[in-house]
Amino acid sequence: MIKEISEWSMKPGRDGFGEGLLELGEVQPKVVVMDADLSKSTRTNWFAAKYPERFIDMGIAEQDMLATAGGLSMMGLIPYTATYGTFVTGRAWDQIRTTICYGELNVKIAGAHGGISVGADGATHQALEDVALMRAIPNMTVVVPCDAEECKKATIAASEMYGPFYFRFGREATPVITHENTPFKIGRAETFHDGEDITVIANGPMVAEALKAAYILEPQGISVRVVNMHTVKPLDISVIIKAARETKAIITMEEHSIIGGLGGAVAEFVSQNCPVKMKIIGTKDTFGESGQPDELLEAFGLTSEHLIEEIKNILKK
Amino acid sequence: MNDINFLKKIALQVRKDIVEMTYHAGSGHPGGSLSAVEIMVSLYFSVMKVDPKNPDWEDRDRFVLSKGHACPVLYSVLARKGFFSPEDLKTLRKFGSHLQGHPSRLKTPGVEVSAGSLGQGLSVANGIAIGAKMLNKDIRVYCLMGDGEIQEGSVWEAAMTAGHRKLDNLVAIVDYNNLQIDGWVEDVKGLAPLADKWRSFRWHVIGIDGHDFDQILSAFNEAEQTKGCPTVILAETVKGKGISFMENKAEWHGKAPNRQEYIEALEELGFLKGGESID
Ligand SMILES: Cc1ncc(C[n+]2csc(CCOP(=O)(O)OP(=O)(O)O)c2C)c(N)n1
Ligand SMILES: [Mg+2]
Repeated sequence: MIKEISEWSMKPGRDGFGEGLLELGEVQPKVVVMDADLSKSTRTNWFAAKYPERFIDMGIAEQDMLATAGGLSMMGLIPYTATYGTFVTGRAWDQIRTTICYGELNVKIAGAHGGISVGADGATHQALEDVALMRAIPNMTVVVPCDAEECKKATIAASEMYGPFYFRFGREATPVITHENTPFKIGRAETFHDGEDITVIANGPMVAEALKAAYILEPQGISVRVVNMHTVKPLDISVIIKAARETKAIITMEEHSIIGGLGGAVAEFVSQNCPVKMKIIGTKDTFGESGQPDELLEAFGLTSEHLIEEIKNILKK
Repeated sequence: MNDINFLKKIALQVRKDIVEMTYHAGSGHPGGSLSAVEIMVSLYFSVMKVDPKNPDWEDRDRFVLSKGHACPVLYSVLARKGFFSPEDLKTLRKFGSHLQGHPSRLKTPGVEVSAGSLGQGLSVANGIAIGAKMLNKDIRVYCLMGDGEIQEGSVWEAAMTAGHRKLDNLVAIVDYNNLQIDGWVEDVKGLAPLADKWRSFRWHVIGIDGHDFDQILSAFNEAEQTKGCPTVILAETVKGKGISFMENKAEWHGKAPNRQEYIEALEELGFLKGGESID
């Protein structure tokens, strides 16, 4: 289903987004791409170069961009907006809530620079609350693809469903663990590695960290199930119920705050339907900071090493 | 061609509806609904191409009520135009009604945009106008905003977009009634010189008396003739217009008339002559 670890290559999620848009440009004439003066960074400039008549640079005006996208969708077009996740979900939250989600408009919202791995730009640019902000709004679908390949698939899949859609991806190159034929369906989690002792439910680049942890622990006699829960909303509850029944504990892991993201979503379900020991791994209730992506991931506990510790801890209890 | 007397008759009915709806609801926004009556009646009964029997008709003109709290005037005009039964108007703000306290496009036939958080509608209207141009559709887009509303920064983001993109299929109307919730707009945060502001954002500006049908219709006509830039109509109006005890009073922004006030209002509008009952 996925690549052998020896075949993992490195690529930024945003490149997958850019490629997905290029493919859509060819097959879906209704797609219109919008950006707010970050088109080089979000990779919408690739689409803009090829389909200039379907690209709109809105200038540095995120609120305007999102509500305008709402208007475009009312004409039957399929607008994709792109800017950093922290700006769009913060600055334009009210437009997303009232105009887009309450109005059930077909707007696709790409949040770039997701997570702490944004690096040197620091806290202002590291989206760590975006999933929580988007997940709280009715009618919204929220997807955090695990790698560039899946980001490309999510970009295309978004156009095939009606309704508000938020997806977020990172700036830095992260392992490409899936290939063209790896299944991807919005709302359906994929078990990338089976295991019996514990389940790690992860999304974004943390799926690769979880797989690394599973591979390291296997010879040590700890069997880790790794679930790629790319869709945070709607959650694939069948996979969670199965994990709660068949393994001793659930750990969630995401490049997002431990408040309100994937961990929150899973905990809301587990606590009410299939209580089982849980640990939520993400950034604590704190802002990010500047640094190299790798050193930040390590400092904020978003590595396979940290996950291994937590797995051992929870199994000891 | 436009029978002004006909429009006046509808406007009177719409004013009655607004008073009646808010009275039955026990809450709502009569002031900013009454100030926009002539503008709304002109749009739906003279200016815009719409088909009440086919509210989703692809080639219809689009109206965006950005100042969503004024939905009583929109609901009344839609009902009187035939989008739904005028009987429904009495269910405004009631549980289960399709007439929500602020407009919902999914619930009410003819309502284009869900709104209620101010400052978003002009961007939506821009999106429709840009989309229409992309699709080569000959439709026109109208957006009504409050004067207080345009204190929202997002309105000016949208104004810049429309000016930059030369959206000449778009008309914005500012219901310039000088009042917002906390009092006079000029006291809270003044807009003057408002025409200059829009002009500097590359808009064609027309100033009118927003209760005079001749001026309203000729402004919409002028807007249609204006090519290469969007048009904004600054419509000077009176908040609460037509009900003297509501006129120019901030307190009538979001308050329903009680029974006595309701009767007085209907009498002033010329209904309830000869001691008719309201029940
Ligand atoms: C974003 C937002 N902030 C505040 C409000 C509350 N509010 C509703 S109406 C209003 C005053 C509007 O004044 P104006 O735009 O002049 O409307 P009008 O006088 O035409 O009724 C306010 C502050 C709101 N609905 N949305
Ligand atoms: Mg006002």
